[in-house]
This record gives sequence, C-alpha cells and structure tokens, in this order.
Amino acid sequence: MQPRGAGKSPDEKHPAPLPEKGRACWILFCSMLYISAFTFGGGFVIVTFMKRRFVDQLRWLEEQEMLDMTALAQSAPGPIAVNAAIQVGWKVAGFAGMLSAVFGTILPPMVILSVISLFYQRFAANRYVAYALKGMQSGVAAVILDVAVSLAVKVVRSKEWIHCMVMAAAFAAAFFLKANVIWIILAAALVGIFLALLRRKGGTAA
Amino acid sequence: MILLQLFLSFLQIGLFSVGGGYAAIPLIQSQVVDLHGWLTETEFLDLATIAEMTPGPIAVNGATFVGLKVAGIPGAVAATVGDVLPSLVIVSLLAWVYRRYRELPVLQSVLGSLRPAVVALILSAGANMLLQVTFGSRSMVSWSRFNWAGAALFTVAFFVLRKFRLNPVAVMLACGVAGLFLGLLGVF
Repeated sequence: MQPRGAGKSPDEKHPAPLPEKGRACWILFCSMLYISAFTFGGGFVIVTFMKRRFVDQLRWLEEQEMLDMTALAQSAPGPIAVNAAIQVGWKVAGFAGMLSAVFGTILPPMVILSVISLFYQRFAANRYVAYALKGMQSGVAAVILDVAVSLAVKVVRSKEWIHCMVMAAAFAAAFFLKANVIWIILAAALVGIFLALLRRKGGTAA
Repeated sequence: MILLQLFLSFLQIGLFSVGGGYAAIPLIQSQVVDLHGWLTETEFLDLATIAEMTPGPIAVNGATFVGLKVAGIPGAVAATVGDVLPSLVIVSLLAWVYRRYRELPVLQSVLGSLRPAVVALILSAGANMLLQVTFGSRSMVSWSRFNWAGAALFTVAFFVLRKFRLNPVAVMLACGVAGLFLGLLGVF
C-alpha cells in the first residue's frame, strides 16, 4: 500500500504488511510504553530504540523514513520522543494510532515521576540506585553508538561523497563546536536545496 | 484557575522548546521559578536531577513534577497535556506535508542531505554519552579521572550488541545489574 521510497530500500527488508487498525494501535501503545519506560537520556536515545523496534523488528517503517521522522522530530517544537511517536502513529494507524503512540510515550514518565517525587529524598540518597543508574549509562551509550555506527557505515557505503561530507561536517559541528542542533539541520537542508538547484541546472544544460 | 495557568505555562514551554530536552530546561525555569514561583531554585535543581535519572522527555517529567506539586494529579494532567499539545498540532501538520510531497525532487534532495546530518547528530549524542561514562564529564576530559569500570562495561555491551544483536533493553538492564555489583565491590 505504501510506495517504496526512492527505490533505495535495502532489498531483504521490504516493509511487512500492517495488522488491522485496532491491533496496530495496541502494538503501538505497548511498544511505546515499553520503550519509554526503559530509555534514559535524551530524545536521540528513544529514537534509536524506536528504530530497532519499528524498522528492524516489526518492519513497519523503512530506515530512511525513520531518519526523516527523526529530522522532523528534532526540528519541530516539543519533546523529540513525543514528536517521533506522533509521526509513527499517524503512519501506522492514522489519528487513533497517533493518540495511542503518544499516550504510550507519556504514561511511563508520568507514573514514574509521580512515584519518585513522593520518595525523592530517599531515592537520590540511595547508593545502590546510584550504582545501577551509573551502570545503565554505559549500556545506553553502547546502544546508541551501535545504532549510530550502523547508520554511518551505510552512509559511507552509499558512496555519495557530498552526503559523507555533510555527515562529517554535522558531526564536527555538533560534537566539537557544540553548535545548536537547529542550525545544523537548517544547514543540511540548505545543502539539499542547493544540490537540487544544481541538478536541475545540470539537467537543462546537458 | 490554577489548572488553566499550569496548562498555559506548559503550552508555552512545549511550543518554544525546539531541539529536545536540554532546550526545555531554561524555559521551564523561567516559567516555573521566575514567573510563577511554583518551585524554588533548589526544588528546580532537584527536578533537573530527577529528570536526568528517569526515563522520558524532560519536559513531560517537569510537567508532571510541577503539576503534582501545585495542584495534585489534575495539575499533572493539565500541565502534561499543555506540554504535548503544540507538538500534536505542529508535527501532525508537518507529517502530512512530508507524506504528501516527499516524492518532489527538491524535498527528496533536502531529505537526502538531512539523513546524514541526523546520523551525525545521533553519533555525537552517543559520543557525548561515552565521554560522560568514561570520564564522568563531557567537557572536562582528563585521564586522571578515567573510569575503567565504566569503559569496560561499555566495551562489553557494545561488542555484545554488534556481534549478537541482543535486545537493547536487556543489555541496558544487565549493565545496571553489573553496575550494582561493581559498586558493591568498590571499583565503580
């Protein structure tokens, strides 16, 4: 039902057929509930977990779509996790899917925070909790870098050298210069517009 | 009335925090501490700490924490709804535009260069976390504070993930248990 995006999708991972709507909403809700309850750290962490779930496991989305959704989630106002959930929800099951995904995303932090704010003093002072959280930070770093490395390898293998340069420049700007993410996204979009204009000119000239 | 105030306050936070969690923190501070006095400075720092340690978007955590304190559970709901409402409207619109026009050559080209940039951003977020784990800070990197246990835990987790494709949540929880043991042994 969905046209294959740009004919570039990895061959073995054609999108799986979606289940009927009610079931899709339920799976969306449960997946987001599970992911949201276990992902510590910023929005990019949850997006990598969503990629593992919706692209690799369920095969509801293509990798490129997930990256597009991430870019949009990052550039729009509001929490990245919620923004990404909105898009996956719409794509999979329309309005009801969107509400299911968002509800699944915000429920765990609401419940967990309500409980913690009751016991905050004791929770923060507990050194066993601190040790476990510290260990989990190592795990989160490993998960996010695992996904990022796989994606980066694909960009390099595509042999589109301009895209490789965009990636290198964006990494340098984000990691070394600590540039605002919005500017990085805007700059990459400008490169895309520029390339499109260039191609069009080249097309008419040739 | 207080519910409406909470709702409107977090509506603004949701509307103007572009770029995720860390962008929301100064906005929450100005609304909640400076403008309305719902939290003291110290309470706000506590909130930031909790938000760091717990799952979920910082702005949703903040909305729940502040809403609960000011007006109980209805307050938490009002603040959270206010926080996500701008996203619901704006992102839904943008998603519609994306699905409708994504076959356009210009948009294809823009998305084509956005994707590697997003990969770079994820990579940078991961690299920052790795610095945090191995050096305890992302800005002050010095070998004297190198955390061997954290680095070893990361290396094992990374290897296991790449080699055996295990469930990431399971790997993360296993790291939590390992951290607990390392802590009890006094090496963490």
